[in-house]
This record gives sequence, C-alpha cells and structure tokens, in this order.
Amino acid sequence: MIDYRPELIQKLTHLWDAGREGLFKKSPGLFNSFREEAFSTFLSLGLPDKKNEAYKYTDLDKFFSYDYRGYYVPSTADYTQAERFKCEVEDLDVWNIVLMNGFYPHSDQGLMMLPGGFWAGSMTAAAKQFPGLIQRHYNKYVTNDKDGLVHLNTALASDGLFIYAPKGTTISKPLQIVNLVHSDRDIFVQDRNLIVVEEGADLTLLVCDHALSPQHFLTNTVTEVYVGQNARFNIIRVQNQHNDAGKITQTFIHQERDSYASSNNITLHGGLVRNATYHTLAGENAETHSYGLFLSDKSQHTANYVFVDHSAPHCNSTQLFKGVLDDDATGAFNGRILVRPLAQGTNAYQANNNILMTPEAKMSTKPQLEIFADDVKCSHGATVGQLDEEALFYLRSRGIDEREARLMMMFGFAHEVIQNIHIEALRERIDTLVMQRLRGELSRCASCAIKCN
Amino acid sequence: MDNNQDKVLNEVTQGEYKYGFVTDIDTEKIPVGLNEEIVRLISAKKNEPEWLLEFRLKAFRHWQTMKMPSWANLKIPEIKYQDIIYYAAPKQRVAPESMDDVDPELKKTFEKLGIPLEEQKRLTGVAVDAVMDSVSVKTTFRETLAEEGIIFCSFSEAVREHPSLVQKYLASVVPYTDNFFAALNSAVFSDGSFCYIPKGVRCPMELSTYFRINAANTGQFERTLLIADEEAYVSYLEGCTAPQRDENQLHAAVVEIVAERGAEVKYSTVQNWYPGDREGRGGIYNFVTKRGICKGESSKISWTQVETGSAITWKYPSCILRGDNSVGEFYSVAVTNNHQQADTGTKMIHLGKNTRSTIVSKGISAGLSQNSYRGLVKVVKKADNARNFSQCDSLLLGDRCGAHTFPYIEVDNQSAVVEHEATTSRIGEDQIFYCNQRGISTEDAIGLIVNGYAREVINKLPMEFAVEATKLLQISLEGSVG
Repeated sequence: MIDYRPELIQKLTHLWDAGREGLFKKSPGLFNSFREEAFSTFLSLGLPDKKNEAYKYTDLDKFFSYDYRGYYVPSTADYTQAERFKCEVEDLDVWNIVLMNGFYPHSDQGLMMLPGGFWAGSMTAAAKQFPGLIQRHYNKYVTNDKDGLVHLNTALASDGLFIYAPKGTTISKPLQIVNLVHSDRDIFVQDRNLIVVEEGADLTLLVCDHALSPQHFLTNTVTEVYVGQNARFNIIRVQNQHNDAGKITQTFIHQERDSYASSNNITLHGGLVRNATYHTLAGENAETHSYGLFLSDKSQHTANYVFVDHSAPHCNSTQLFKGVLDDDATGAFNGRILVRPLAQGTNAYQANNNILMTPEAKMSTKPQLEIFADDVKCSHGATVGQLDEEALFYLRSRGIDEREARLMMMFGFAHEVIQNIHIEALRERIDTLVMQRLRGELSRCASCAIKCN
Repeated sequence: MDNNQDKVLNEVTQGEYKYGFVTDIDTEKIPVGLNEEIVRLISAKKNEPEWLLEFRLKAFRHWQTMKMPSWANLKIPEIKYQDIIYYAAPKQRVAPESMDDVDPELKKTFEKLGIPLEEQKRLTGVAVDAVMDSVSVKTTFRETLAEEGIIFCSFSEAVREHPSLVQKYLASVVPYTDNFFAALNSAVFSDGSFCYIPKGVRCPMELSTYFRINAANTGQFERTLLIADEEAYVSYLEGCTAPQRDENQLHAAVVEIVAERGAEVKYSTVQNWYPGDREGRGGIYNFVTKRGICKGESSKISWTQVETGSAITWKYPSCILRGDNSVGEFYSVAVTNNHQQADTGTKMIHLGKNTRSTIVSKGISAGLSQNSYRGLVKVVKKADNARNFSQCDSLLLGDRCGAHTFPYIEVDNQSAVVEHEATTSRIGEDQIFYCNQRGISTEDAIGLIVNGYAREVINKLPMEFAVEATKLLQISLEGSVG
C-alpha cells in the first residue's frame, strides 16, 4: 500500500524506536516475539484511512497528528494516584481494579485472586504465572488482520489487564475496571487485554474510561476475549473522556458452543471514539448481543463498528445501536453480519437508529448483510431522523413543556439500549447519567462518570 | 417433499435460454483492439462532427489513465480490452426508408424476439428503436411521434439532425470522467437511442429500445439520452437479449436522463442478456452506468428493473434530486441462478428541498449465484425535509448461493428522515405446507410465493413488460427449493 501520510507514520516510527529497548526489556518473551513482525505489518498496512471501508466515515488523522510521547514504563507517582482513586456507585457492589495509562499499577502484587477462584491483574505478571494459558490465547482471536491499528497495538502494547475465570467459576459480583489516563504531557497509550472465561464460567465486566488531566490523549486498546463452552460473559463499557481525548477500542470476542456474550458500549463524551466489536460465533448454539449508545455534541466523532461472524450453525445474534448527535457532532455506524455457508439455522438481527438535533450534525450508517446459507432469518434496519413531531404534540397537549417533552422522548430513545444492562444499580446509574447528559448538566468530565472522588 | 422440491428446482432452474440463437447476417466489423485510430475510425464511420470526435478522444485519453475498479462484491475474470471488436453493424445497402428496405433476416430476428418492427402488425402501441450489435436498425412510429413534436430516433441520427440538443445534454449527467466504464463508453459508443419530449407533451405511447447482441467477439457500447422538457411525461422501456456463446461479451452502456421542471420519466428495464450456461461458461458482462437528474422543480424519475440475465451484472441506476420537491424511485427485482453474479442497487442524492425517494429492491438467488444490493442515500446539508424509504429483501433458494446487502446512508441535514430496512430469508417450509394442504402443488406454491414476493416491483412495470417479467421469473425460479 502506498504510504499517503508519511509524517504520521514517521511519528509512530519514532515512538517505536524510542520505546523499543525498554519495551523489550520489561515484557515477557511471548509478547516480544510478535512485536517486530507486527510493526512491519503495520508499516505495510499504514494507518487506516477513508479508503478503508471500515473507516470510511471516520477521520483519524487529527488525533494522530499530535506530538505524543510513548508510555512504556509507568512512574511511581502514577501508581500512587491510581491507588488513591476510588469509584463509588450507590448500591453497586463490585470488585474494583484501576488501570493507569494502560498499566496495572499494583506492581507488588501483579495478580490477585478474587473469591470464587478468579484471577485478575497485569498481563506481564500473568505471562509469568500462567505461561501455558497465555500462549494458548494471546493474539489468537484477532480476526481482522487488515487493520493497521491492531498490529500497532501488538507491537507497542506493554501491559494491560488479564482476567481468568477458570472452569465452572462464577464471580459473586461484577468486576469494575476503571481505565484512567493521566499525564502532564500528550501521550499515546496502548493497552492489550486478555480475558479467558473457561467452560461454564460466568463473568460480568464493567469498564469505565476516563481522562484525568486536560492533555491530548490517544488510547489504542485491543481486547481479546475467549468464551468457552456454556460460559457467560458480559462487558459494559462507559466512556466519558474530554474532547481532547481519543479512544480507539477493538474487542474480539470468540465464542464456543452454547456460550452467551453481550457487549454494551455507552459513550457519553469523547473527542474521538471508535469502538469496534468483533463477535465470532465459532460453536453451535451460541448467542451474542451487541449494544451501543452514544450522545455526542461539539465537534466530537463517535463511530461504532460491529462485525458478527456466524461460523457455526444455530447461533443467534442481535445488535442495537443508537446515537443522538448535537452541535457539530458526527457519527458513524458500520455493522456487518456474515453468515458462512455452514451456519444454517442462523438468526441475526441488527438495528441502528439515530437522531440529529442540529443542522450541523452528520450521521453516516452502513449496515451490511453477507449471507451464504439459506436457512437463515436475518434483518437489519437503519434510520436517521429527528424526534417525532406528533409524539411531541401529544406530550405538549398534556401540559408538558417543549423542553421537557423533548428530554422525555430522547431519554426513552436512549433507554432502549440501557435497559439491556442487567445489573440494576448500574442501569439506574447510567439512566441518571444519560438524563444529566441530555440536560447538559454533565459537561466535560475530568473525573469519573460514576460519581468518583 | 425435499426430493420433490429438488427435482422441480432442477427442472425449472435449468430451463434453456430462449433467445440464444444467432442470426446469420453479414456484419461489418472493424479490426480488433482499442487505440486512438479505432476511436477515429468509429467516428469516421458514423460521419460525426468534429466536436463529437473531440469528446471521444478526450474520453479515450482519460480512460487510458484509469484502472478497472475492484470494489464490487464480484469475481470478474480479467477482461482483455484489446481483444474486443468495438464496432459491428449488420450490413445494409442503404438506410431503410420503409419497412421493405430492412433486411428480411433482420426482420425475422426481431420477429422471433417478439419485437414488432412493422407498425401495421403492432399489437400494442409501443414505438420501438431496435438496436442490433452497434447500430440502430429501425425506429418505428417516428412520424406519429413527430406530430407531437417528440423526437425519437437513433443516436447517430440525432447527432446529424439535432446536434444542438445532443451537444447540450450529452455527458451532462454522466461525464466521461465519471467511472472506468463510462469513460470507455464515451470513447467508443456506437449508437443508441435518443429521445426528446418537448414542453408540456405527454408521450402518447410507450417508447422502447430493444438491444440485441449478435456478432461474436464484439462488445456492445450504446448510449441512451432521454430528455423530458418542462411538464413532459414519458414511459420508456428497454429490453435486451444475446446469443448463447461460450465466451464472455462485454456490454458497457450509458443511460442519461434529464427531467426538467414538472417532468416525469419512467424508465423500465427487463434485462435478459445471455446469463451463461449451467457451468458458468459464457454470458454477458453487463457493466452499465445509468443516471437521471431531476433538474427542475417537482420533477420525477422512476427506475424499474427486472434483472434476470447476464453472467455478471454491475449497475446502479441513480437519481440526482436537484430540483426542489423532486422525486426519485427505484424498484428492482434481481434474480441470479447457477454461476451468475449481481452487484446492483441505486444511489439517491438529495440536493433539493423536500425531495423524496423510495427504494424497493428484491433479490432472489439460487444455484451457486451471488446477489448483492449496494445503495447510497445521501442527504446534503441544504436538502431540508428530505425523505427516503428503502427496503431491500433477499430470498435464498438453495444452500450454496449468497445474498448480500451493502447500504450506505449519509445524512447531513437534521430535518431529513431516512429509513432503511432489509431482510434475508428463504421460503419457509410452513408456507409451502400451507399451500400444499390447500391442494396447491409444491411447484405452484413456490411460483406463487416468488411472484408475490416480487409483485411490488412487477406492478410498477408497464403492462406489456409485466407479463414478460412474470414469465421470466417463472422460467428462472419457479419450483425452487425452500
């Protein structure tokens, strides 16, 4: 491929050259063994641009053009800050883990065992403690090898979160990961996470993304998830970063037979957010759900990319993505359902609804179906529009003022996604957050969205 | 029941192509290949004015800088553009003044295809422009139409007789720089139909062009230009067939439609080029650029297509809705069977205020075929109150074919309402069972269901075409396995 943006690539090459030595020294051999090749693949693929169908409506250039510093070795000060960070949600009882700039900051422990036999902690530590397990799963579920950013992550990621739910374990309460970025300089963070949910295990994850300082941040996250036979896995992501923070996540969920997975991306704030979720249904009778909601304003850009790959018969999948765009915000949705020839008996549904609040907002959506089997029921629907005037009139004729009526309708629109969160306390909390957001009370957020101190 | 269904499917989907015969007629051809000399030769053969030759040469030079696009969801074997004959014409001594001057072989060919060239024998009030290989053979009812001021003739005649009109509108909707095949067509187009409906005239009969490829190793590159002046109305039909051959032939046409204020154009296509045999040998590559512009206020362009032929179909009849309150419509049934591939759909570009568009696309795939819908709905910032509704359904008959949907929706205006929905499924066993228990055989039941499925589109066709389209559907698919 021709390199059309040499200066951006050059910057990234500088980051690589600068951090390389430290990176190789600190990381386990297994991770290092992928790095050189991944970086050269990245160079040959380049940064995804608008010619790439998956990025057709998302412009990454602006966020890649800042002078970022790499973050390969965490500082003690950051550790202390992370440890002081507390997140409290009323009635929400969770196990709490804080990641600082993509690092698991509890250097002394590295890995901790939670009641029920769960393991959670740093990838680096996990590579020492569970070498066989990591070898089996690391870099195995990345299904999109055409995306330069995945390779960039494989090359540069120094740490990340490792969660291991051994066979038959059930966690007593959800695990909350608070992803913080904090620095006094512009930094580019790469974290790489691996989640292994073995046969019959059950895990619910709540991931919150926050930026603590007003610098430019860019985070390039790759998460691999293995969901074993008959296992259950839920991930809920709440993103609340300021307008100078860019967040690119790619989550690869690999499912074995009879398994269940759900993913829910709630984006409240963020200069550039792109969430890509890949669901691979590799075993029969697996079920997967992908939800997303974004509320964007100013010049924010929010993109959701979903790819559901039906590779086995009798699997079910649903997708529901909604967006509300205010001011100059732009949004993109790109959903793909692929039903392979073997995957008979597939049910796959997809819906994408968007509301434009101002004449300047812009939404592009591209729902796709690729179907190679005949015994299937697949559908998709996409809409872009505004609030229904008739419904508005109905509310107003009952004495509700216009502003309140609009809020009610938008809230109802958003709630359809939120209602799929099955942890009650969290669902209520997110409802409140969304209401605040819609009222404009939740402005640029330097602290945690979930009532953090 | 499954076995029975299989048998029925085999019998019916493997029905022979009816129009695969070759007419034995002297054909004038030019040497194989493509270069500037060939472009000049084509132009010279047609005694074209200087400006048209210039246009061709510009297009050709531009084409040389382009590469064949590869984004479509199609597997296209390499096309050797230098092995194609770019001009072939049935030999005629003189231009036919009356029906008696037309070569009897030619007349027979069109009779066999069911196209009435002789006006007195007409069954329906349809004026036909018959195009064989590269040139127009005969246009019927010219005089009747001329009384109303309507110009309906071959493209070459239009260049000779109405050069100002042609010069004004040629490439105004599809410029030669538009895409690879439009550039190729602009360089080498040989003939086609030209139609102009003057202000306030409602065309009294259906106009029709019938395209026939006959000569071997040739490509067909025709160009249709359709202009509806203010408050005019026309319904236009297009049909096509080709002989059965083992090699692939290229058909790269351009259709341009201009609708001025208050005009309405209805363009219907029943595309039945030779689709290739059961093993996927031969067949036509149908790479066509069709686009209409609703230039004036309250104008309307409606595309209806029934696509059953061609080895590979790659086309997107589109509407540019520039005038305020203009309307664009697209109704399509695309059927693929055996090794056929289709990547077809539409583009609706909303530029004016209060513009509306409707897209209804029904894909049916059987055998080993791949059928894709690809469409774009774009609402620009100034297009207040734009409205679009799209519905794309796919029906799968058999477990080795594919159905794909790639809709693109780009909305840059708050007041726009854009809706898209798509479904993919097969004929349910319960539906067949329901029919069976009411005494309807499996074969009839499938015919019934497929016809019902495509009805919404077929209903939009003019009556003469609707009958043909229904028959075509039956030939291609009736009795397919659910």
